[in-house]
Amino acid sequence: MKVNQAVICFAALGVLAAGQQRSSSHDEPAELVLARIPEKARAKCNPFANDPDAPAAGRKLFEQHCAECHGQSAGGARRGPNLRANALQQATPGELFWIVTNGVVRRGMPAWSKLPEPQRWQIITWLKSLP
Amino acid sequence: MPLLALLCLPFPLFAQESPYIVTYDHHLEEPGNLEVEYFSTFGTQRAANDFHAYWMEFEYGATAWWTTEFYLDGQTTFGDSSLFTGFRWENRIRPLRTEHFINPVLYIEYENISEADKIVKEVEGHDVESDHADLNAALRETHNHELEFKLILSKDFKGWNFAVNPLATKNLLPSDPWEFGYAIGISRPLALRASSAWCTFCRENFIAGVELYGGLGDTQDFGLHQTSHYLAPAVAWNLPSGWTVRLSPGFGLNDNSHRLLLRWGLSREFSGFSEMFRSLFGGRP
Repeated sequence: MKVNQAVICFAALGVLAAGQQRSSSHDEPAELVLARIPEKARAKCNPFANDPDAPAAGRKLFEQHCAECHGQSAGGARRGPNLRANALQQATPGELFWIVTNGVVRRGMPAWSKLPEPQRWQIITWLKSLP
Repeated sequence: MPLLALLCLPFPLFAQESPYIVTYDHHLEEPGNLEVEYFSTFGTQRAANDFHAYWMEFEYGATAWWTTEFYLDGQTTFGDSSLFTGFRWENRIRPLRTEHFINPVLYIEYENISEADKIVKEVEGHDVESDHADLNAALRETHNHELEFKLILSKDFKGWNFAVNPLATKNLLPSDPWEFGYAIGISRPLALRASSAWCTFCRENFIAGVELYGGLGDTQDFGLHQTSHYLAPAVAWNLPSGWTVRLSPGFGLNDNSHRLLLRWGLSREFSGFSEMFRSLFGGRP
């Protein structure tokens, strides 16, 4: 019984500590994240750039997976930064694709490699279509 | 009451869940999200009665690199009885910051379960069908405290996911040997690009795959001798409403295995759990 109690207490403390850590995340400037991206990844071209259906599909995917943190219109929310900010809007499609694929794991953004590659590009297409 | 609170969480999310039930890939729960899952296993049993084993999973993304899960297990053996068989606490930690050719995740689990546990969430050591043949009253007398370690190796390539999970388990009794096992999975969505409309039956909402898992003996008798193995096609259906449905019939590959382990599951992912949790303890939401 003591083992069970110790396990449950340890679990609760760990989860609490993680919550505290996360509340201070997302404060790394976008420029620092962009600076870490390998050159080869920056140069990647968006295969959906000229696909007329891609922005609408990308918007749907964004609402399904990203809006929770970045807001419905990508303007930022408590848990995720504004994706309409200058630094991100000027980023190349390859740079954005790298961030979506790898996340910024130590800063709270998960990797989204579980989405198939075409879906990640569809999201980028919508992001790049934002006014 | 806690379950009622879960249902009231503000944001059910569209999930992109893999069809695997035994195998793990390297994708963790999104930070702050809670996934509540229910799974069932109907198992055939030679020389005794068939059973229905079930478990609840509470999977929480503690950070983007750490997912923690709590399980509650139970089972009903037809013509015998129903009972709670124990709990598990599992942690998955992603050591690398970015995606690599192969992505490792470290897995550690503490199990406090009785011998009556039949969910067959993993197969290890010399686990065989006849282990489940005794009456529940006898099986429940023995409780196991175990630590389980897995190395999750996973890769995504052109829409396919390939995952391999070697595992090692140690009963905390010093006299018990280390036991070994494996799980291998391959899966792929039925469509790689998304349609622009919200839809329930779009091909992109379905992910199909197959799992192969079994035991590899223990430190005293390593290998395939007296072990059981299963091959299990699996499919996941991710609904726009946030629910995920999984189905997986598993077929025993030798005489030590259950002939059939038919599994199904229902899960839903919620965001905003960490904020609710913090506010419950008086913190800033």
